[in-house]
Amino acid sequence: MIITDAQQNPPRNQAQRHSHIVGWGADLDHAHRPAYPMERTPPRLPHAVPPPEQQHSHADVLVSTERPRITPVYGTTLPPKGLSGWLRRQAFRHSENDIRHWMMLLLADRVNMGEGLIDDLSRGHVPNLYAEMGGRAELRHNPMGAARKAAIGIAALALIALALKRRR
Amino acid sequence: MLAMNYRGPYRVRAAHKAEPEIEHPGDAIVRVTRSCICGSDLHLYHGLVPDTRVGTTFGHEFTGVVEAVGPAVQHLKPGQHVLVPFNIFCGNCYFCQKELYSNCHDTNPSATAVGGIYGYSHTTGGYDGGQAEYVRVPMADIGPTVIPPDLDVDDAVLLTDALPTGYQAAEMGDIEEGDTVVIFGAGPIGIFAAKSAWLLGAGRVIVVDHVEYRLDFVRRYAQCEVVDFKQVGDMAIHIKKMTDGLGADVCIDCVGCEAAGSFAHTLLGVKLKLQGGAAIVLHWCINAVRKGGRVSIVGVYGPTFNAVPIGNAVNKGLTLRMNQASVKRHLPRLIEHIQAGRIRPSDIITHRIDLCDVADAYHLFSSKLDNCIKTVLVPPSALAA
Repeated sequence: MIITDAQQNPPRNQAQRHSHIVGWGADLDHAHRPAYPMERTPPRLPHAVPPPEQQHSHADVLVSTERPRITPVYGTTLPPKGLSGWLRRQAFRHSENDIRHWMMLLLADRVNMGEGLIDDLSRGHVPNLYAEMGGRAELRHNPMGAARKAAIGIAALALIALALKRRR
Repeated sequence: MLAMNYRGPYRVRAAHKAEPEIEHPGDAIVRVTRSCICGSDLHLYHGLVPDTRVGTTFGHEFTGVVEAVGPAVQHLKPGQHVLVPFNIFCGNCYFCQKELYSNCHDTNPSATAVGGIYGYSHTTGGYDGGQAEYVRVPMADIGPTVIPPDLDVDDAVLLTDALPTGYQAAEMGDIEEGDTVVIFGAGPIGIFAAKSAWLLGAGRVIVVDHVEYRLDFVRRYAQCEVVDFKQVGDMAIHIKKMTDGLGADVCIDCVGCEAAGSFAHTLLGVKLKLQGGAAIVLHWCINAVRKGGRVSIVGVYGPTFNAVPIGNAVNKGLTLRMNQASVKRHLPRLIEHIQAGRIRPSDIITHRIDLCDVADAYHLFSSKLDNCIKTVLVPPSALAA
C-alpha cells in the first residue's frame, strides 16, 4: 500500500490548527452571529415596546433642521447661552449637510472654553490648570516629559517677557 | 453629587453638580458603580467633537444600581444592578424595528445621522454621561440589562460598549472560515475585535499599531500576529507580502479620527480640522485588503468629510461596512461567551481610579502612560461599598 505524503501528513483543518485558541469558530455558523443579517425585524427585545411618550420640559434644545419636530426623548443639559450659545443657534440654521453647521459649532466650543474660564473666575474659583490637565499623573508616570514641558513653558514665558521688555 | 466636568480641550475636573431627575415617564436614575473612559471619549477630551459644551459630564460605558424609576417604567426595579448600553434608543422607531439601535431616530433631536449616546456632546442628544455618582437613564425598560449574578461587574461594564463594538467590528467583516483579518488599532476595541475574529473562525489575525506595550498585550491576550507600523515602510505592501501578494480578506478600522501614521492626515484632520479627523487607517484598510474583500469601520470620525481613496475601493470591488455598535442585540451571545469562559473582558482593565482623580485618569489614558489600556472610574460611593 502506497502511503502518499498527504496521507502521512494530512493537512489539518482550521479547527485543528486553532485548537489552542479557546472558542475558535464558536460563531462560525452565521446563525450564532447576533447582528446577522444586519437588519432584523421584529427586534428581539425582552418586552413589548410602546411608542415613547413625548418628553415635556422648558429646556432650550436646538433641533436639527433635518427634523420636522423635536424627538420624543432628549437631553436637557447645558442649554445654549452667551456668545457660544448665539453661535450654536446660528449653526442650527444650517442642516447637518452644510459644513457651516459643524464649523460654527466647533467655533462655539472654543468660545465656550473662554466663557468657562470667565465663569469660574466670576464665581471666585481660580481653575487649577495643572491638576485639570493631569499634571500629577504626568509627573508620576512621565517625570522626564513633565520636566521637558516645564522647561518649554518657562522658556516661552521668558521669550514673551523679553519681547515685551524690548517693545517698551 | 460628584461628576466629571469638561472644561475645554485637555482640561477636565471632578466637581459637584445637581443630581439628575426623572424628566420623562420612561426614565430611571442609576447610581453608578463603574464607569470606563472609552477611546472615543478622548476625541471629546481633545476637543474634536462639535457641540461639546463646557460643563458636560462624559461617560457612555457604565454600570449602576437603579435608584428610582419613572411612572411608565414597568420592568426595571429599584435596587437592580444593571449594565447600560451606550446607545439611548426607543426600541420602536423605524430603525429600532430593524435592530439598528445605534441609529435610533427618536432620542437625539440635534442630529439625524446618529442616535442618542450618554455623555457624548450635544451632537448625540445632550445627555450627561456616567462618569458621575448618578445618571439619568432614558428608556429604562429598553436599554439597561440586569447583570446576571455570575457576571463580574468589571466584565459587565465592558459589555456596555467596548466588547460589543469589537465584536461587531469583526462581525461586519463577514469573516468566513480561514480568512485573514487585519485589525488596525491595539486599543480596547482592536483587542476585542481580534479576540472576536477567532470566535468567527478567522485563519489569521494580524493587529497593527505602533505602541509597543499594546502590541505585546494583544499578542498575548488574543494570540495573534502583530505589526508595528513604524517599523514598516508601506503598510499596503507589507500586508500584501504577508498574504502572498493578494491582500487581507478583511481589514478593520478600530482607530478612527486620531490615527497616527501620516503627517499630512494629522495636520489636516486633527490639527487644522479641515477634514473629519486623520483618515490614514481608512487608506490602509482600502489599500491593504484584497480585491472583493471587506472593510469594517468602527473607528469614530467627525461629521464633515475625509479624503479617502474611494476610487480604489470601487476598482477593487470592496464591501465597506460601518456603524456604531447596537449593543443590546449583542448582549445575550456575548454574555454566553463570558459565562463559557471563551473571553474574559476584564483582563484588559489596567487601571481602576477614583472618580475624584478623573483628570489624572484622562491624562494617563490619553498619553498612554503607565502601560494604560483600559481605565475604570469608580465613584467614591461605590468605593465605600
